[in-house]
Amino acid sequence: MKARIKVTLKNGVLDPQGKAIEGALGSLGFSGIESVRQGKFFEVELAETDPAKARAAIDEMSKKLLANTVIENYAVEIDEQ
Amino acid sequence: MKSGVVVFPGSNRERDMLRALDEITGTRPVPIWHAETELPDLDLVVLCGGFSYGDYLRTGAIAARGRIMPAIAKAADKGVRVLGICNGFQILCEAGLLPGVLMRNAGLKFVCKEVKLEVANADTDFTRKYKQGEVWRCPVAHGDGNYFTDAETLKRLEGENRVGLRYAEGTNPNGSLNDIAGILNERGNVFGMMPHPENMIEPLNGATDGRALFESVLEAVA
Repeated sequence: MKARIKVTLKNGVLDPQGKAIEGALGSLGFSGIESVRQGKFFEVELAETDPAKARAAIDEMSKKLLANTVIENYAVEIDEQ
Repeated sequence: MKSGVVVFPGSNRERDMLRALDEITGTRPVPIWHAETELPDLDLVVLCGGFSYGDYLRTGAIAARGRIMPAIAKAADKGVRVLGICNGFQILCEAGLLPGVLMRNAGLKFVCKEVKLEVANADTDFTRKYKQGEVWRCPVAHGDGNYFTDAETLKRLEGENRVGLRYAEGTNPNGSLNDIAGILNERGNVFGMMPHPENMIEPLNGATDGRALFESVLEAVA
């Protein structure tokens, strides 16, 4: 079973990298960009076959390591294939 | 004073730190490998600077979950002094021994230069040999030193006088909230700071302003 975890900065947390990317997109001539926020994406392959258990495990992993919940939010998607 | 310096893969300031502790405390400090699960009997545990685990995931994130960390948390709980410098500060925050997080410098650049530090609280085990409000010189060398925490925690830190050091005179190199350079835990025995006092201890360094930080701990544990 595969889990996909998206980690994003919380609203209000300064994202200097996002700002720099926003500036670079402007330099490339892309217009109309209101803001860019950078985040992280993880794919975790699990031996677990029960989606509920997989979700619980991934939730724990996200809280304990993948995201720093002082500044980041995370969203989990479980792929049951 | 018995002290030890924790070494992770990617730590690179352990020699400077061991030398500073040896020189100032007069007792040879012990290096502690990250894979150990127990600490020797110590008065001070130092987490030194560097790029533990290549700064993978987030600075300090992997080291903070290392095998030695439960022993350090236990020691801190017992009142042993714990000092985190630079990457050590990042590790203490990631491990939850200090609140908040060190984010990418606001200017996005790695900064390696001298700054001025103001003693925001001289009544701590790590700053007592300085005077309240004293400004001293200290080098910084980091890419992720931008201290951030939520408004409520920041208010608590300030209200409880847990900001020990601030960047002074417009020298904030990284965009840290309230010019924070170093903070204490609630109990006052864990301190983290981004600058490197261990590199300001002898005339060859240009100044000896960093000595008082180690002398403070030496006096506190005496």
